Amino acid sequence: MRLSTYILRRIAMLIPVLLGVLILVFVIAYVIPADPARAWAGQRAREDQVEALRERYHLNDPVHIQIYHYLRNVILHFDLGVSPTTGRPVKDDLRAFFPATFELALFAFFLAIAMGIPLGVISALRRNKPTDHFSRVVALAGVSTPLFWSALILQFLFYFKLDLLPAMGRASVDITRYTGFLLLDSILNWNWTAFGDAALHMILPATTLAFYTMGYLVRITRGSMLEVLESEFVITAKAKGLPRRVVIYRHALKNAIIPPLTVLGVNFGWLLGGTVLLETIFAWPGMGRYAAGSIVMVDLPAVVGYTLVVAMVMLLSNLVVDILYSVIDPRVRIGGKRQ
Amino acid sequence: MTRSNGIFVSRARLIRKRLNPLLKEWGLTAYVLRHSMLAVIGTLIVFSFVFIAIFGTRLAPYNPTSTTIQERFQPPSGSHPFGTDKMGRDVMSRMLAGAQHSIKAGAIVLAIAVPIGVLLGGIAGLFGGWVDELLMRITDVFLAFPSLVLAMSFSAALGPSLFNAMIALSIVWWPMYARLVRGQALAVRETSYVEAARSRGASNWHIMFRHILPNCLSPILVTLTMDMGWVITAAAALSFLGFGAQPPMPEWGRMVSDGRIYMLSAWWVSVFPGLGIVLVVLGFNLLGDGIRDALDPKLRRLTEVKWSRKKISSSSKG
Repeated sequence: MRLSTYILRRIAMLIPVLLGVLILVFVIAYVIPADPARAWAGQRAREDQVEALRERYHLNDPVHIQIYHYLRNVILHFDLGVSPTTGRPVKDDLRAFFPATFELALFAFFLAIAMGIPLGVISALRRNKPTDHFSRVVALAGVSTPLFWSALILQFLFYFKLDLLPAMGRASVDITRYTGFLLLDSILNWNWTAFGDAALHMILPATTLAFYTMGYLVRITRGSMLEVLESEFVITAKAKGLPRRVVIYRHALKNAIIPPLTVLGVNFGWLLGGTVLLETIFAWPGMGRYAAGSIVMVDLPAVVGYTLVVAMVMLLSNLVVDILYSVIDPRVRIGGKRQ
Repeated sequence: MTRSNGIFVSRARLIRKRLNPLLKEWGLTAYVLRHSMLAVIGTLIVFSFVFIAIFGTRLAPYNPTSTTIQERFQPPSGSHPFGTDKMGRDVMSRMLAGAQHSIKAGAIVLAIAVPIGVLLGGIAGLFGGWVDELLMRITDVFLAFPSLVLAMSFSAALGPSLFNAMIALSIVWWPMYARLVRGQALAVRETSYVEAARSRGASNWHIMFRHILPNCLSPILVTLTMDMGWVITAAAALSFLGFGAQPPMPEWGRMVSDGRIYMLSAWWVSVFPGLGIVLVVLGFNLLGDGIRDALDPKLRRLTEVKWSRKKISSSSKG
């Protein structure tokens, strides 16, 4: 199969899932709550406001008509309702908060890859040596520590006790925001103080967020590297007398890297989901904090809108990872069907 | 009389004959587990956690919910090993009493999610065709959300309580098991013994329960053990966000969240419950790793040789 055909097919396969995601969100938003209109208007809304909402979103109509209007609203206008807490359309709120979350998740994502995969490879190469034990302990700690707790501890240590890193908010320098991505904006402003400031603010939250994914990647990379190192083609390569470097980097690593790559898409989703906890603790002005803050106010539209956006980003990141993966490993395209 | 007795005897022998390889397998698994230091530590942690969950309320030196304002924010000391919180409640007593909520959350969520996932995955793998396609697209939809976010959304719609958080987590957790079992079912479906069973006229259900499910047991067991830790973390995370346990219930995640704003003046309120979660999750992870290694065919055959040698030598001594 040619690459372009493969990509088109993957995108086509995404459509039913996307539709399913929309319907699942509909069920959460309109079917499960005992009184959806009340849930959407907020607990403190007056009866006439609730009635207006019921009218606007066709909540008195049968379910199939509700679904029709809901899908129309979401697909055509991306209308996710109005948040009773902020009084603004959820769409606008999310658009304002999205860059902060995305920037943080992306930064943590690359951090996790940059640390997790090399550590896993080294661990496998030095099996049962102190380096291996060390990285296994780090990995185990990573997958065992709840994000909300490690965030608290790191904030306590590096901000309150040692005062080394900022741990509240995104920046202390004000700049013109073009994109909402602060690192990018500070470069666009040609303001290096702001860039350094934004990067410093990023370190603690991103490290905490990356910790779990890093641990997971170490474990997967180590396992797959160990397996490849014992496979016949590596033994053959060694027997041929090829230098160790060539055997490791050309033969082993190239194959061992595939299992960790396949889980990257899902991992990005986890990072995005983890921001709910993290942004609350680090006062990071992103979608996660917005959604978590809405919980106290029983603000269903905000939570639901956030869920939908996160699912869409996760589907897209899965798509991107799949495409990258098929570029690296042509067998995927020939194999056709995904398991 | 003798005849029926004879049948009875042979039946007992038959059962023993059937059970023997199974017992041998379990014996080997136990042997491998015993000889892995980390797995032993994991088992110890898990067992003490279960023990605390059962007897914690009785072990607690103070009442976990009664407040003594005069004793608020006492640092860790002899009378309060983990200190007291903003209401003067003993943190250690609350942790002892709260263990049951964590283990209940883990057990209930998996008890709902795993059978659903196993059944749907088995059906998808066994029947194939449009059934498989439909069921797998549904799991794809569920897997398109990060589990915590989807569970949060369900909790928000259901209303915040620990029970609803468990329901939400069960809804989120089954697709992974469906995927797992489906993969196994697809592999087993093509084997010659399933073909033989089919030619004998075995029904789909027979194949599912006698051939597919037994083959899925090991991977399910490993995933289940590790998931126990994850579900406990997820339930604690939901409580931390305010979805799960409501005050004054002593739930560990909620306790971390309640102590959060007092971190500077009274770190112990958040640190100890969090440490409890870390330990428990670590225990389940270590145990899961141990079980996986013990069930890994490659490692297993190696140790089996050692095991049988040891058995022979010990029996010859005796």
